[in-house]
Parts: sequence; structure tokens; C-alpha cells
Amino acid sequence: MKKEGKWFGFFITFGVMCLFWIVLSGLFGAFHLIAGVISSALVACLSHDLLVEGKSDKTLLKFWRLLCYIPWELWQIVLANIDVACRVLHPKMPIDPCVFEFETSLRGDWALTTLANSITLTPGTITINVEPERGKFQVHAIAKESADALLVDQTMQRKVAHIFMES
Amino acid sequence: MITLFLAVALLILVSISLSLYRGAVGPGVFNRVAAVNVVGTKTIALLVILGYFFERPLFFDIAILYAMLNFIGTLVFAKYVERGDVCS
Amino acid sequence: MLLVNIIVALLLAGGVFFLLVGSIGLLRLPDFYTRLHATGKCDTLGGGLIIFGLLFYHLFHYSHHPLVPVRLLFLIFFIFIANPAATHAIMKAAYRTGVKPWTSGEERR
Repeated sequence: MKKEGKWFGFFITFGVMCLFWIVLSGLFGAFHLIAGVISSALVACLSHDLLVEGKSDKTLLKFWRLLCYIPWELWQIVLANIDVACRVLHPKMPIDPCVFEFETSLRGDWALTTLANSITLTPGTITINVEPERGKFQVHAIAKESADALLVDQTMQRKVAHIFMES
Repeated sequence: MITLFLAVALLILVSISLSLYRGAVGPGVFNRVAAVNVVGTKTIALLVILGYFFERPLFFDIAILYAMLNFIGTLVFAKYVERGDVCS
Repeated sequence: MLLVNIIVALLLAGGVFFLLVGSIGLLRLPDFYTRLHATGKCDTLGGGLIIFGLLFYHLFHYSHHPLVPVRLLFLIFFIFIANPAATHAIMKAAYRTGVKPWTSGEERR
């Protein structure tokens, strides 16, 4: 990792930690602010390589697209929960679980994590396993319609690939 | 409005006690871990409601802390069952 | 002010409904993997709705403390990221250890 890449990650982590300290404490005295800066510097020094991977291109555009993706995801979450509520409260309980696999072209850490989280939050599917080398997902579905929405439609894979620019 | 908060807190307590049955019976260890995770998540909502019922803003910080502890606890247990050791 | 109270009551009622559905699913569903479907999705949204309703209540009744809604927003965000991750972790551990999924027609486990 290049030297400037290392400091970029450190400063991003330091800024985020300071922001959290100020927002979560609400106290603006000199002692509290200095304690916050020292604690944030210590935490950023120990763990800056976990959050950011050096200087990557177009990070701001990816972040903006991620923010635009969140309202669609919230709507899918509401649909998922209404679907699960209908299946649980129905007297006959129409479920038909199955386990299936599919492959994607995504390779980056953030893209795979976003897709796995979205699959767990959307109607009727939960991620079981992810293989990062080949982009293979193992998914447990609660009914055939939910499995089809993921295998046949591929709406979510296309949206995540669009956010991270086919990472 | 305060009565509504108390009613919501009591209903959350009812749903916690419903999931304790799965924690007691659930055949195998995984059902019990799922029940514990559910109790932890509902406790977070209960803490925030009680923070407004008793008008003590300290409860929200405790709720944030407990959310993190619950998450880490479930992850550590899953890692232990899968590999037989937590740090390897 | 009455409109705010009605919206808060609706959000809280929706949240409590989803929490109860999650618990009923934990009892009724026949297999470990299907139970995780019920709890992983319904608990997340139920808790998120309750905390969002209280955030709304705070914005109108206690507006002299402006930093508390940010804490509640962070809590909602954390629940939406952490609960599915924990569900995925426990499901992966169960699958690797050999718990067999249930298919329709078998008996309850």
C-alpha cells in the first residue's frame, strides 16, 4: 500500500471517529473535546486499515449512489416483512424452502457485503455463504417466488453493480 | 401518550416471553441462540421506549451499547461453533 | 400536535405488530432456517419502526435537545446493518455444521 494511501485511510477514520464523539456526547467543553481528539487518534491509529482501503477512485460518486439506493432498499424491506407476516399468520402457512446458488460478476468487499445484506433484507431470502474469489452466493429461500425474483429477475445484482460500477 | 408508551412496553414484554419458549425447548443449540438474539434485539427497543417513559435520556446510550454487545455476542458464538475456537 | 401524536401512535403500533409477528413465527415455523427468516426480517423492521416513531415524537415535543435524534438515527442504522449480519453468521455456522434444511412434507423439527 502506498504511503499516501495509508494516511488517507487514517484521516478518514480519524474524521469519522471525531464526528461520532462530538455527536454522541453533545458536550463541547475544552476537556471533552481534547479527550475526544486523543481517543479518536488512538482508535484511528490502531484500526484505520479496516474501514478504508487507501485512495480509490470515485469514492464520492459511489457514496452518493449508495445513498440513492437506500430508499429503494427500504421499500423492499417493508415488502419483505409484509410477505413474511402473511406467511406466518396464514392458517395453512404456505412455505416451501429450498437452497440454491448463483454467481455474480462483483468482486470488491463493499459490493459483496451490500449485495449479501440486501439479499438478507429482501422478501424471502437469506444469504448462507459467499465466496469472494468467484462471486458465488449460496442462498436459502422460503418460497419459489422469492427464489425466482433473485435468480431470474436479477434486479438487485444490476443495481449493486451500478452503484459500485461493476466492481 | 405516556400510557401508549407503557402499553407498547408491555406488548414488547409479551413478545419477549413468547420467544423464551423457543429458548427453553428448541431442539439443539442453534434454536436457543436464535432466541437469545431475538430477546437482545427486543430489549433494545424496550430500552428506548422506557427511556421516554421515565424521561431519562441515559437509556439511549445504554441501548446503543447493548445493540453492539448483542451483535458481537452472536457473531462470536457463530464463529466458535463453526471452527471450534474463537481466535485461531 | 394531534397529527404528530397520531403518526407516532401509528408508527409504534406498526413496530409492535411486526415484533409480535416475529415472535409468533419463531414459535410456529417448522425448521431452524425458516425461523431465522421470521426473526431476522421482522425484528429488524419492528425495532426500526418503534425507534423511528420515538424519534419523530422527540423532534416535536423535546426540540430543545437537538442531538438526541442523531443518536437514535445511528441506532436505527446500526440495527439495520447488524441484525442481518448476525442472522447470516448464525445461519452459515448452522449450515457448515450440518443442520439439514426442511422441505415441505417432512415433520416439524
